[in-house]
Amino acid sequence: MSGEDGGQGRIGELLRDHRESVLDRWVALVVAGLRGRLTEGELRGELTELYGLIERAAGGDGTASGELHAALADISRSRARQGFSPSETAISVFTLKQAVYEQIENAGDPATYTAFIAFSQSVDDLGLVTFETYAAAREQVIADQAEQLLELSTPVVKLWDGILGVPLVGTLDSARTQVVMEALLEMLVDTGSEYAVIDITGVPAVDTEVAQHLLKTVMAARLMGTECVISGIRPQIAQTIVTLGIEFGDIVTKATLADALAYALDHSGVAVDAKAGA
Amino acid sequence: MTTPPPEELAIGSGDDVVRVRQLVRTAAGHAGMSLVDQTKLITAASELARNTFVYGGGGAVRVEHVVNARGRAGVRIAFSDRGPGIPDVDQALTEGWTSGGGLGLGLSGARRLVDEFELETEVGKGTTVTVTKWTR
Ligand SMILES: Nc1ncnc2c1ncn2[C@@H]1O[C@H](COP(=O)(O)OP(=O)(O)OP(=O)(O)O)[C@@H](O)[C@H]1O
Ligand SMILES: [Mg+2]
Repeated sequence: MSGEDGGQGRIGELLRDHRESVLDRWVALVVAGLRGRLTEGELRGELTELYGLIERAAGGDGTASGELHAALADISRSRARQGFSPSETAISVFTLKQAVYEQIENAGDPATYTAFIAFSQSVDDLGLVTFETYAAAREQVIADQAEQLLELSTPVVKLWDGILGVPLVGTLDSARTQVVMEALLEMLVDTGSEYAVIDITGVPAVDTEVAQHLLKTVMAARLMGTECVISGIRPQIAQTIVTLGIEFGDIVTKATLADALAYALDHSGVAVDAKAGA
Repeated sequence: MTTPPPEELAIGSGDDVVRVRQLVRTAAGHAGMSLVDQTKLITAASELARNTFVYGGGGAVRVEHVVNARGRAGVRIAFSDRGPGIPDVDQALTEGWTSGGGLGLGLSGARRLVDEFELETEVGKGTTVTVTKWTR
């Protein structure tokens, strides 16, 4: 807008002249919006920095806007990591409008209302910046969690002396199988186990990719002198595997983890009395 | 009973293959398929989605609810890509034949896992595989 620089200068003045009261009001509004999940002290630090930058930007300082975007991005990222919702994050920006508006109302200068419209738009733009950074940061958080879950959900446990258990849960993709295979082979080296039971009760579907990964894992373990037993093949999976035409060759398969363990114990020479304690 | 509208999804990554499985699981459940039939359809979809991604260089899937002349419900899934096409369809459908490092069981296996299987392909243009499974 020409002529009066959109009136933004007027808002710049207002922000400067009433810094104390507008900032106080802003902090109070944000604190209320976040329902005490951040302390007033923490918020005041953040908002004071933002306020200074917004004041400079509204006053026509070109370099301030770059800094402002960077500072906003930082805040949004940390909000996303702390688990705040998008609206809780955006509130930190949008409430400034209310704080400024209330100040204008108090002053009662009608010319400032026009300036407020332009200012309001630029705050909206800042809100969008917040939102975009927030979304990107959230996605990163989710990706990180998925990776952690990947490692957590592929534990290799010692079931018995010389017998390892690998309970697989969820989707088995290449990345996941790689993690499983590495964890298993490492444990094999560490424990010198003769048997490993791979339990697929928690795997929703076995297609050719999953089968191929399983076969590779079994072969690699075999090269290290360990026999793998696959357990937990549910009826619907068994039928599907057969229809697909997948053959597990000479790999021992058992219906349940308990059966597989019994098999491994039996073959490793541990006597198990089924009637023990009866 | 209201039938949900058809759903489409792009296939451009390994994660999308997982998404296709989830989409098909929901559709098969909605169509009232048995657990065995659901698993078969999901597995067939998994194979075809991966072929679309690996050999077709990515593409799209469309999952729709269908009803046949006798009022039986079913799920139809179409996978399409604009990849290199399949020069020899018989060979591609031969069990154990693979041009990559697979088991060569996906295409032939998927055909057996469903009730209807249709493959349209043109070298240099792309491939569309449409499968249907009816609720028993
Ligand atoms: N959409 C496609 N576009 C081009 N070629 C394809 C497509 N789908 C399958 N093919 C060809 O058909 C062959 C057989 O496919 P099939 O799914 O049976 O086996 P595969 O993918 O090689 O191994 P897997 O058993 O892991 O599925 C593939 O190796 C590939 O050459
Ligand atoms: Mg395949």
